[in-house]
Amino acid sequence: MDRRTSIKWMMSAAAAMQSLQLQAGEAAARDVAPNQSGYGTDPDLVKEWKAGGPWPLTLTDNARLTTAALCDLIIPADEHSPAASKVGVVDFIDEWISAPYPQQRGDREVILPGLLWIEAEAQKRFGRAFPALSGAQQGAIADDICSAAKAKPEFSTAARFFARFRDLTAGGFYTTPVGMKDIGYTGNVPLDRFDGPPLEVLKRAGLA
Amino acid sequence: MAHISSTQADQNTYDVIVVGSGAAGGQTAYTLAMEGARVLMLEAGRRYEPAAETPMMQTNDQAPLRGVSTPDKPFGFWDATVDGGWNVPGEPYTSASDDPARQFQWWRARMLGGRTNHWGRISLRNGPYDFKPHSRDGLGFDWPMSYEDLAPYYDKVEMLIGVYGSNEGMENTPDSSAGVLLPAPKPRVSDLLVQQRARKLGIPVIPMHRAVMTKRLDHQRLPGLLHPGNAKAQAILAADMQKRNACIFATPCGRGCSIRANYQSTTVHLPPALDTGNLDIVTDAMVRTVTRRKDGRAEGVVYIDRKSGAEHRVKARIVVLAASALESVRILLNSGVANSSGKVGKYIMDTVGAGIGGQVPLLESLPLHNEDGVDFGHMYVPWWLYKEQLAGKLGFARGYHFEFGGGRMMPNLGTTSGLEWLNGGTYGRKFKEDARRYYGSFVYFSGRGEMIPNEDCYAELDPAVKDKFGIPVLRFHWKWSPHEIGQAAHVEKTAIDIIEAMGGRYSRPPQSGEKAIKQGGVIIHEVGGAMMGSDPKKSVTNSYGQCWDMKNLFITDGATLCSNADKNPTLTIMALAWRASDHMLSLMKRKEL
Repeated sequence: MDRRTSIKWMMSAAAAMQSLQLQAGEAAARDVAPNQSGYGTDPDLVKEWKAGGPWPLTLTDNARLTTAALCDLIIPADEHSPAASKVGVVDFIDEWISAPYPQQRGDREVILPGLLWIEAEAQKRFGRAFPALSGAQQGAIADDICSAAKAKPEFSTAARFFARFRDLTAGGFYTTPVGMKDIGYTGNVPLDRFDGPPLEVLKRAGLA
Repeated sequence: MAHISSTQADQNTYDVIVVGSGAAGGQTAYTLAMEGARVLMLEAGRRYEPAAETPMMQTNDQAPLRGVSTPDKPFGFWDATVDGGWNVPGEPYTSASDDPARQFQWWRARMLGGRTNHWGRISLRNGPYDFKPHSRDGLGFDWPMSYEDLAPYYDKVEMLIGVYGSNEGMENTPDSSAGVLLPAPKPRVSDLLVQQRARKLGIPVIPMHRAVMTKRLDHQRLPGLLHPGNAKAQAILAADMQKRNACIFATPCGRGCSIRANYQSTTVHLPPALDTGNLDIVTDAMVRTVTRRKDGRAEGVVYIDRKSGAEHRVKARIVVLAASALESVRILLNSGVANSSGKVGKYIMDTVGAGIGGQVPLLESLPLHNEDGVDFGHMYVPWWLYKEQLAGKLGFARGYHFEFGGGRMMPNLGTTSGLEWLNGGTYGRKFKEDARRYYGSFVYFSGRGEMIPNEDCYAELDPAVKDKFGIPVLRFHWKWSPHEIGQAAHVEKTAIDIIEAMGGRYSRPPQSGEKAIKQGGVIIHEVGGAMMGSDPKKSVTNSYGQCWDMKNLFITDGATLCSNADKNPTLTIMALAWRASDHMLSLMKRKEL
């Protein structure tokens, strides 16, 4: 490693150290360009589409770390499947909140403040960034906001954020090949015939 | 003859110009071209090739935003629709009222084959009552024809396009002739549970009829029945039927079908019609008006080339409007023809739409099995309260059917959304357990009911607004009557009864009929606006869609329908189009046109 390269490497490492957490007051995302268009009314349906293709992703690196930690709190690895962040769900959420359409622009107004709230709450309770908290510490925050019906009034906004974030995380995860396998979807394979439900299924439903 | 340019079309002569390429245009062009007429088809949208463009096996994670609906693609990313939706950029329409309940939503597509590329393929016949509704209950209008007049054409269309279903011998729910229908797919577990529990409420559940090939069409038997005495047509159709594959029991029909296992105009009507050499197609051809000869007959049409903006004129012995009910109405109004009755634009109808879903514990955590089947709609509930209704016990006129479904379908963004109403709000390992438990345990019931034509629902030309081609646009007036609103409330209540009879929980509190009913146009079954009849003073066409005021101008789309039975209109539109085309052929043969 020459001197110039090593200085660059040290500088970027230092920058990374500083940016390990999303700070209160910091923007969680870059702006969506006001003239940003969607994929249009006649997109190519057989080409390969990737997050960041039809419009730029906007979450900052720090916000993506918070997003990943929260995704994995909602969908952790278990004996059936990996954690959500391991199969592209952070990219999906970034694509979602960066999209130019009205529904996604609305969700952006919920998700970005929610990510900032999560980091502020982590600092307030434990003095550390949310991704650096233990599972129990992260769970203590999640327990207060995971039910919109039961959340205390001071957590009601955060609970609305969590509900939306959970729907996006789970929807993002269970649409991937590993997620579909985990939930028990066995279709999307060409068949010569459709046999209907097996006898065991009918018995369980009281139909045989 | 084939796909040609506007310039080429200008230089040719044709027997018939067909405006539109969907169910009506496709059927009309098919029948005419197979029987030897030279046809020019004009389609406002672009050329579309299902074999190359259909996303057959793509999963939702391969689409932007996991494939959800957006303003660009209102039925989701993978939906076949091109340049379509309730809003088409540059091609507006307007509403006379600011009240959403008085507004009409108009779905259009701008592609070859139109809406047939994405439609639900539900193919139900009108029954005998549906042609004589006024005689039965004093409301609306009778048709100038009976079920028996159209029954042979229902058989023909079903044999041509391939429709699965069964003959149940039920009231006003006609059987097809023997050997016409393809086998219905086996029911899913949720279908059987609905059937078992609905039966206890006196509600029948029978196989749906849909235009999906559960097996290949009989290419040896059917062509002779469809084109008797026409060896060339039989040979072309037999060859084409062998190129259509049976359903592979995977991938939603709304994406279109590259293996041609379901009906869309582009995979069923147009390929054999093109093979005759009698059909030319010009796409990106936006028709503005029908032109008039000095003798009062139709001369041809004026259309605008969507790409160049240039205006073109083509002529033929017969002009057929099959542009979709309201686009045909718009062309008539802009042309100022065929309207001595003053009825053009009047009595537009949609289907009553309402529905609710629920969750059924008996369907939780079932052993893994593939439930893709033929997409949705293995079974349905036909209208069953004819006698009670006639006795005045229901408080509203006319029936509805239930389209229902459930099961372990390909996960989408909504599959695990909003589970909080069931599990109280979980995360982590518990959430993953819940997702597995509840997956496949949801059912939905969509009521689809008959709307009675009324004086408050009509379209006229907006006095000021024009589209990007400079063509005046339609302005809509809309109002549901108490019959439709009462029906929507009945839909909700009955769906809740069935869900509860399944031991399930319904997903939200029941609503009033006013809240439950979808906005006009949302079900995308708009018909009427140029009704057929037996009196030229009170109708626009005769039973063949032939305009009273202009004998060589025909309308073969849904505009001529006198009522909009709960049976989804596409199959009836195709049967009427075939019948109208036979009439055109006989008139041309007799040199009357």
